[in-house]
Amino acid sequence: MADEEAPDNGPTPQATEDEDEDEDEDEGAYDEERRHRQLLEAVSSLAGRNRRKLTERTEASAQVSEFSVSCEGAGEKLILSELLEPIKASSLLGAVKKQLNKVKQKKAVELPLSKKEAQRVVREAAYDKTSKAITKWDQVVLQNRRAEQLVFPLKQEQVTVAPIEERVTSWQARTPLEQEIFSLLHKTRQLTADPLLTPREEASLQAMSLEEAQQRRAELQKARALQSYYEAKARREKKIKSKKFHRVLQKNKRREALKEFEALKKSNPEAALLKLDEMEKARIKERMTLKHQNKGKWARSKAIMGKYDLEARRAMQEQLAKNKELTQKVCMELEDNKEVCVAEEGLLPDSLNEVQPSRNVANPWMLGKLSNETKDSGTQEDLKAPTDSEEPENEGEEEPVLSEEEALLQDFEQRRVRHCQKGSPELQGASREEELPEFVSPSQAAGQINMEDEQRQEEPLLSEQLGRLCAVEEMDVLAAEEQEPPQPARTEQQKPHQDTAVAEDRPRGSQTTRKTAKQKMIDLQAVLAGESCRIHCPTLPVAVQDEEGGTDQRLVIKEAFAGDDVVADFLKEKNKVEQEQKPQTVDLLLPGWGEWSGTGLKPSAKKRKRFLIKQPPGPPRKDRHLPHVIISQKRNILAATHQVNELPFPFDSHQQFERSIQAPVGPTWNTQHAFQKLTAPHLITQPGHIIQPISNEDVASQSTTSTRKAKPAVELTPQQAKRLHQHPRKKVR
Amino acid sequence: MRVKVLSRNPDDYVRETKLDLQRVPRNYDPALHPFEVPREYVRALNATKLERVFAKPFLASLDGHRDGVNCMAKHPKSLSTVLSGACDGEVKIWNLTKRQCIRTIQAHEGFVRGMCARFCGTSFFTVGDDKTVKHWKMDGPGYGEEEEPIHTILGKTVYTGIDHHWKEAIFATCGHQVDIWDEQRTSPVCSLTWGVDSISSVKFNPIETYLLGSCASDRNIVLYDMRQSTPLKKVILDMRTNTLCWNPMEAFIFTAANEDYNLYTFDMRFLEMPVMVHMDHVSAVLDVDYSPTGKEFVSASFDKSIRIFPVDKGHSREVYHTKRMQHVISVKWSFDNKYILCGSDEMNIRLWKANASEKLGVLAPREKAAMNYNQKLKEKFQHHPQIKRIARHRHLPKAIYSQAKEQRIMREARRRKDLNRRKHSKPGSLPFVSEKKKHVVAVVK
Repeated sequence: MADEEAPDNGPTPQATEDEDEDEDEDEGAYDEERRHRQLLEAVSSLAGRNRRKLTERTEASAQVSEFSVSCEGAGEKLILSELLEPIKASSLLGAVKKQLNKVKQKKAVELPLSKKEAQRVVREAAYDKTSKAITKWDQVVLQNRRAEQLVFPLKQEQVTVAPIEERVTSWQARTPLEQEIFSLLHKTRQLTADPLLTPREEASLQAMSLEEAQQRRAELQKARALQSYYEAKARREKKIKSKKFHRVLQKNKRREALKEFEALKKSNPEAALLKLDEMEKARIKERMTLKHQNKGKWARSKAIMGKYDLEARRAMQEQLAKNKELTQKVCMELEDNKEVCVAEEGLLPDSLNEVQPSRNVANPWMLGKLSNETKDSGTQEDLKAPTDSEEPENEGEEEPVLSEEEALLQDFEQRRVRHCQKGSPELQGASREEELPEFVSPSQAAGQINMEDEQRQEEPLLSEQLGRLCAVEEMDVLAAEEQEPPQPARTEQQKPHQDTAVAEDRPRGSQTTRKTAKQKMIDLQAVLAGESCRIHCPTLPVAVQDEEGGTDQRLVIKEAFAGDDVVADFLKEKNKVEQEQKPQTVDLLLPGWGEWSGTGLKPSAKKRKRFLIKQPPGPPRKDRHLPHVIISQKRNILAATHQVNELPFPFDSHQQFERSIQAPVGPTWNTQHAFQKLTAPHLITQPGHIIQPISNEDVASQSTTSTRKAKPAVELTPQQAKRLHQHPRKKVR
Repeated sequence: MRVKVLSRNPDDYVRETKLDLQRVPRNYDPALHPFEVPREYVRALNATKLERVFAKPFLASLDGHRDGVNCMAKHPKSLSTVLSGACDGEVKIWNLTKRQCIRTIQAHEGFVRGMCARFCGTSFFTVGDDKTVKHWKMDGPGYGEEEEPIHTILGKTVYTGIDHHWKEAIFATCGHQVDIWDEQRTSPVCSLTWGVDSISSVKFNPIETYLLGSCASDRNIVLYDMRQSTPLKKVILDMRTNTLCWNPMEAFIFTAANEDYNLYTFDMRFLEMPVMVHMDHVSAVLDVDYSPTGKEFVSASFDKSIRIFPVDKGHSREVYHTKRMQHVISVKWSFDNKYILCGSDEMNIRLWKANASEKLGVLAPREKAAMNYNQKLKEKFQHHPQIKRIARHRHLPKAIYSQAKEQRIMREARRRKDLNRRKHSKPGSLPFVSEKKKHVVAVVK
């Protein structure tokens, strides 16, 4: 601050220093100048316009010279605190002192950098900034480098159908000939009078874009998938046989429904009423089904077990109670409103028929009029039964006639009987002679059904069930019968398989044993390497060598492996290898080619010979004259020129490389779609289209497309696009 | 008893109309189509052989210049138009479909040093040895009009190169300094200098359009930022860089064509070491141009050949040469990624296919499928020795071949010497220096 103000008052300390150096030369001049200025100032102050009080400037210096102002004599730097010392006493200058202290604490401003340095700093900053800005392309570049397929040009221009009117209006006649023609046309007003787009065309233009359609399709697909998932789940749950599970499920459901209903009752009584109706309907439906009647598989089994098992009896009773409860409710309603009852009778014929009179005397249904009527109608049935048997297919016609309860009941009963009869013979597939008497007898018996005791009454119901169950059982039985005979055959067939398997196992086992033997031998060879080298005659026994060497070690080894005949083993192995590598004959014989075949029949020797392909003998073995050596001839030299010797760069292991080679890409092995996918080129360009450098918009569009679909589809895309748009794109010439 | 009966869906085998193709059911059971690998291998071998048989990249030679073709420019909107400037100051505009010159302008006295088309394709700029920048219309003058430039800017020094901004009405020239001009003004908007030496080429970045790269004859490559009107960084290489080209798909990548027979691909953020050194030329590389897909570039060399390099490979995938082609001074890759143009000393512009064995014209779908399949097969079996051998085979003129051989021997000798030196000196005193690091002398901030 002080430095900045200084120029107003006079020369800066720096300036004074400079002046001191060349003081000798211009001391006089300077003095004169100063005096002159003082004089001028004095004069100007006299003028009165600028009455500024001029303070005389004093220099703080140890040596005060009257000729010059300098601090040179001190030989030391000027210190602020020294300057401030004299004004310590006066308290008026406290504020100033504070300010000065602050200034003292602040660092002095550094020298400005040289131009070169400054430029460098600017450059560095700019470089950092730009390289940071340019890193935004990193992601895009990486993505493009890794992309399986790139389609150029990046900006796929959307071709839209321009209505012809636009073209016409925008077109201008230029040449005189054109103008003439245009004017002529204009006179007739043909061109401009053309109507705009037809509503249909407009609609097609406004229709969904491809993307929207795709999106919609995806949504639908998802919904469908979800639906199928839930269906599958439901099916799975339905399949669960555990009664307990279902009971718990039901209970849960019921509880929840009740809870809901309670809540609804409080919040919205009208809705609750509706709900109540619904529940009632559900109950009715439940009643209509044949549940809770003792004719299910479970019920029947319980009925059988009931004689012996208290638990079973109780369960049966429980079910009956439930049944009663269901039926009782109707009766209550009946009492309340008879009209409804009548209507319901029409609606619920099945349940009426299937009602169990049984021992439940309390059941008002059974006590009621209807049951009596059925009993009455039983007498008439004998007469009606044959007629029905004659015309069995007019049930649909009879149904509308519901007013007559008797007829209705008879109908149903008859139908039931017929049904159970028909069911059984069909499924049994038995002789018809047996069928006929049966057909008659139950119909006669049906009349007595209601009069007879419960066991007899249960029978038709059971028979119905039996019929159904029979079907399943019979299917099972049939299946079992079908399956059973083949089973022994299979076991017979399996036997040889097993035999072969055993046979295969055996060689495997032998192989393994041989392997171990081989390993053992390898060890031996390693140990005996020196010997075999020295022996040049293979037939020489080892003992001879021993005699020659005469070392203890060999004796020891010999003793140790006394039991192993190494040479014989080796010869055996070599023989085996030779046999293995000999070209094998191929047997292409299939029984039944041009001859009778069957179990126990063997194709003739001629046929066998014909289908036996003998391979030409291979080249002589390299080790045929070397009894001590096995030279592997697995490597085919002719093929070796075509084989890859070292693992190519991008692959990590040879397995990986082999896999990449083994998967065929051709249309011979792949479906059309897979083939197209496999052979999709890495780079697709369109002929005649300019590829512009990538730009920000491309990146934005790319990112959106990548979110929508991961990869640009198969190579066909441009064609498909063309097909979609139909209009050929504008080509650049 | 249920009897199972064969039931077929007629949709599978009945045609809807008589004109439909017969459906041929096909069983893809691999047991029925054995020997996949050998069969595909044979196919791949055949495909590779055919590729070499059909590799005839030379399409046309455009003659008409009366001096060496010094520079060329692509038309940004028309694929069939190309501009060329010769050493006698003549500028020609060519129609590639007709293979004819459609317009000739005597633009400058002396060399046409550089030319570039405006991004809209309506006009182009040339700079010449006569210290002028001229702005021309792309269309020829009407009947009776004289052939005159729209503007002529007289400069104080010779301009050696010019490039136009990709989106705005701005262009940059280079000479003693890099000048950035507004099209409407006769004086540069700003001049960028760093050191004093003649700058041979300046190029705008096509993606981040405010960036510029230039190469000067004091062996350095300098990057500039137009917005901040300041140079950014300078990298000094072993030898002089003749020209550089930015990758049109990767904003920070550029390739420099160097006098030391190599090309260097740099990431502008990491100038200390090039991303890739491309070596195959046997003489100074004079020009380089990227393919518009940014996957490859083509380089023209003093060794009378042009080579195509994949960006990520150190060696070229293709070399083009003809008996009559002399030192290639300029090269361009057409905007549809299909053709390459090169202008050479002996006054001709040559048109090549970018893909030597590609069939030109419209392909039938089956042809296309077959082509794709063959391509895939070649790719799949590329490591197999026979296929590799055939695919790699190229014919080289004797001069280039012997020179390449010589250089190989030299390189080997140098390497051996290095090894020996390392062997006989204190371990660690002679560290290994990678090929990439060898050529960068310094990076100046």
